Amino acid sequence: MRLVTAVVKPHKLDDVRNALEAYGVQGMTVSEASGYGRQRGHTEVYRGAEYTVDMVPKVRVEVLVEDLDAPDVVEVVVKSAQTGRIGDGKVWTVPVEDVVRVRTGEHGADAL
Amino acid sequence: MDTGDTAWVLASAALVLLMTPGLALFYGGMVRAKSVLNMMMMSFGALAVVGVLWVLWGYSIAFGDDLVGGLVGDPLQFAGLNGLIGVHDGTTPGHAAGEAEHLVGTVPAVVFAGFQGTFAMVTVALVSGAIADRARFGAWLVFAGLWMTLVYAPVAHWSFAFDGLVAEEGGWLAGLGVVDFAGGTVVEINSGAAGLALALVLGRRLGFGRDPMRPHNLPLVMLGAGLLWFGWFGFNAGSALGANGVAAVAWINTMVAGATAVFGWLLVERLRDGHATSLGAASGAVAGLVAVTPACSALNPVGAMVLGLVAGALCAAAIGLKHRFGYDDSLDVVGVHLVGGLWGTIAIGLLATADAPAGVDGLLFGGGFGQLGKQLLAAVAVLGYSFVVTLALGLLLEKTIGFRIHPDDELAGIDQVEHAETAYDLATTGAGARMPGSRPAGTTSPTRTPTHDTEVTP
Repeated sequence: MRLVTAVVKPHKLDDVRNALEAYGVQGMTVSEASGYGRQRGHTEVYRGAEYTVDMVPKVRVEVLVEDLDAPDVVEVVVKSAQTGRIGDGKVWTVPVEDVVRVRTGEHGADAL
Repeated sequence: MDTGDTAWVLASAALVLLMTPGLALFYGGMVRAKSVLNMMMMSFGALAVVGVLWVLWGYSIAFGDDLVGGLVGDPLQFAGLNGLIGVHDGTTPGHAAGEAEHLVGTVPAVVFAGFQGTFAMVTVALVSGAIADRARFGAWLVFAGLWMTLVYAPVAHWSFAFDGLVAEEGGWLAGLGVVDFAGGTVVEINSGAAGLALALVLGRRLGFGRDPMRPHNLPLVMLGAGLLWFGWFGFNAGSALGANGVAAVAWINTMVAGATAVFGWLLVERLRDGHATSLGAASGAVAGLVAVTPACSALNPVGAMVLGLVAGALCAAAIGLKHRFGYDDSLDVVGVHLVGGLWGTIAIGLLATADAPAGVDGLLFGGGFGQLGKQLLAAVAVLGYSFVVTLALGLLLEKTIGFRIHPDDELAGIDQVEHAETAYDLATTGAGARMPGSRPAGTTSPTRTPTHDTEVTP
């Protein structure tokens, strides 16, 4: 199994989710994140004092998949999250040793 | 006794009281999330301390018989509002049952005392904006009581105690014919100068000028500014001490000066920083209200518009002073209240028209330099007195009981150290908080043991 992690623009979350559902992914974990890469933040002014805000809001999408599906899932995420402009985000995968479904105690691919 | 006047001043007093919680929101939103509670507690602390001490001796210092040269009233004369609470029982001809025996103007003396007490509360609270994030709460409470007694009440005597209003002989500035209708000197210059002094005594916040100290909640700031504006109608129009034409003029001038000051502040921001900000709109409204406070009975509405517009622009420019000179007046008590108060007090000498209830002409209305000179004198006198006495008081407290919190506590956040609270718990995990005694007991889960460790170690 592999864990696919994607950090994408918040307004692309619906597109990514729809594309993953269409592909057949059953679930995902979404969390709010902030950070920066090549895209930098913006400037804010409070009573004349200027601040640069470098951290850009993003969402992190995490999906557990079988090894065979991982390249496809990555591609689905990349296609659905892409705008072609700077700050589109990153997608990466890491191997996962085991997964347990808490309700039933099932292990491995059965727990996906 | 006039029941209409009494009803209006009672309502005005309640409006002014609401300004202090409004100020708590205004200031609270401007600090970082780790110190919002302490910021708001300084306002609520002022409500509590001044609410008691004003009745015990503050009112008497301000409005009792003059002791010497128009400088201070007799603190014992009305101590505890002694002798003021009598009410007619209906047996005295010409007085209905329930009418107060002691009046100030046409309203019960106790109503007047309460109304004035709400001014003292908000003025003390205003000072706290200069020392955000770093003042020991206990020391602040002591300061609030001492400052009200030694600075606020005497200065209120100077400007608000007219000869014959309560005592036969009143304060020296009021006697000179200085126009300060609702507190440009007593409230605004006074709190602004005190804020500057305390900011110097306590020193800069850790990381001032280096770390970002963005306002953590601008909607709170705007709600607070709105409540301040609402309460300011009681502050200014209530100071007519009657439901009459004077109150009407003060009311309308309070509306328009706040409005044009929003424009003045936003215009400066747009030109200087490129954007009109919500913090600027809230600050601008307050700056205009500050400036019109002494002047609302002396201007026509167009004059009040000009006064407000200049106040907004001037204060927007003045908030940069602290960065230039390096003092940490955290929430711009100097930039808004001192500068706005100076402008409003002095501008009466320029923009006043005898058509308005105060009945004086300023320089631009052919009144010459006479009124301008009196206004300048009052502004400088209150600025100097407040700054010097506050500086001495602040240093005394810092050297004896300690005024500033420990640097470690300041970094951790004053809320958790001084009040044992955090303002916001937005996380679903409750920030990991748990009740004492709620540690897991009798659980069936496997427990990590040394034996277990040795078994799994290869």
